[in-house]
Amino acid sequence: MVLPGLLLAGLLGLWQIACSTGAVADALDLESFLVPSPAEIAQSLWENRGLLAENAWVTLREMLLGILVALVVGVGFAVLMHRWRVMRDAAYPLIVASQTIPIVVIAPILVVWFGYGITPKVLIVALICFFPITVNALDGLRSVDPEAVKMMRSLDASRWQRFWRVEAPAALPSLFTGIKIAVVVAPIGAVFAEWAGSSSGLGHLIQSDTAYYLVARQFATVAVLSALALALIGLTALAERRVVTWR
Amino acid sequence: MRQDTRMTPESRGSQTVESPPPRRQAPADAIALRGVDHAYGELQTLDTIDLEAPAHSVLGLVGASGCGKSTLLELICGLREPTAGTIEVGGAAAAAERLARCAFMPQRDLLLPWYSAIDNAALALRNQGIGRREARAAATGLFERFGLEGFEAARPDELSGGMRQRVAFLRTLIAGKPVLALDEPFASLDAITRAEMQEWLAAALRTDPRTAVLVTHDVEEALYLSDRVAVLSARPGRIVAELRSPAPRAPDRDAAVTDPAFVAAREEALHALRGS
Repeated sequence: MVLPGLLLAGLLGLWQIACSTGAVADALDLESFLVPSPAEIAQSLWENRGLLAENAWVTLREMLLGILVALVVGVGFAVLMHRWRVMRDAAYPLIVASQTIPIVVIAPILVVWFGYGITPKVLIVALICFFPITVNALDGLRSVDPEAVKMMRSLDASRWQRFWRVEAPAALPSLFTGIKIAVVVAPIGAVFAEWAGSSSGLGHLIQSDTAYYLVARQFATVAVLSALALALIGLTALAERRVVTWR
Repeated sequence: MRQDTRMTPESRGSQTVESPPPRRQAPADAIALRGVDHAYGELQTLDTIDLEAPAHSVLGLVGASGCGKSTLLELICGLREPTAGTIEVGGAAAAAERLARCAFMPQRDLLLPWYSAIDNAALALRNQGIGRREARAAATGLFERFGLEGFEAARPDELSGGMRQRVAFLRTLIAGKPVLALDEPFASLDAITRAEMQEWLAAALRTDPRTAVLVTHDVEEALYLSDRVAVLSARPGRIVAELRSPAPRAPDRDAAVTDPAFVAAREEALHALRGS
């Protein structure tokens, strides 16, 4: 935490100097309000705290619900594919293929189908989070030592006991890796979804501020979005430490 | 006048003293293999294996790495099916019935890191549908008997190699099956711990005799722990020699393994191994 903090402080310092001397604005031949300094962004962050908090809550809800949907569906799929070989053979290529469809293209379609409400946002976040969760959960389930499976079979374990007592716990670390990746990509999904059509949210705010050249507030919004993602990663890591106590 | 303050059995009511569970007389089954072949696809691993192990006896299987001795053990346990021949455990030949009669102890201890030592040991009981508290209580007695007292709540990675193997053995024993199938149980241990564990297992089998099949690449270990030892050739595994151990599970291991009869048997087994 110390080293990245120092690096960030250094970079912000350089940025501040470059802006307050007018060097960047001059070089780009722009008005200085279009190239806000960290101090100006901080000021905007403070002045717009109510607005930012309101919109952050909208986006946070989209992300959390989307991750939750991805978690339920992804783990479900992983278990099915692990349990039945034919499911894996059939579904796995399709799941990989689904990731080649750009979210930017899907988002407007979902907005047409589901309107400006929260549904298309949750679906898009879920879509983007589904892949890392499913693939990592499946990898985790398959990582179980075959000898451990023999041992369990010989100790009278049913298929489900084998799953709950050996495979599921063994898959947890890998599942958490998937969740961490999902949490990082969730804001991307949420912002794209809001750009495709919305009336609130951090992505919506960034987009509408473009029209008014409110660059400082856009940066402030990005900072809030990053902070949300970082907080979610931190929470996931914390949850992992509480759950996976044997590592 | 002296008052009798002792409680009568009736007045004790619900305060019943927990009586130790009755020591289960371990069941034991004989094992018989007739003309057993096994192949992985084109690769022939075992060739016409004929073997017998009476109830309560320990059968040792020795052979070089890759000779198919672990496969043979898995066949006996019902974890695999032979390509030809019959395998009977307690008179039953079907794989599911063999599986029901054998408790398999894999090569590595494979203690589950998400369970405490006692929960690992009690795994079979939990699988058999016994509640956690009851299963733990049943395992506690064995922890005491096998010198693991005080380590019930320890995580597997807090235990030494020898203790881990003891917990793994308890886990196999507690399943209450007629046959123990041990796949190189001490292969991962250092020489000193290994000798200690052999003595420990010998003692455990003396007090609680079981039918057991012991796979090992260590001729001395096989001869010390088993009643009879079958020597397997290189792949495809055939039985090239069968020896009777001069002193199975003798209390004094050092004396037993240096006894001339033991040394002669060991040389004979090694000779059979080399000749194969």
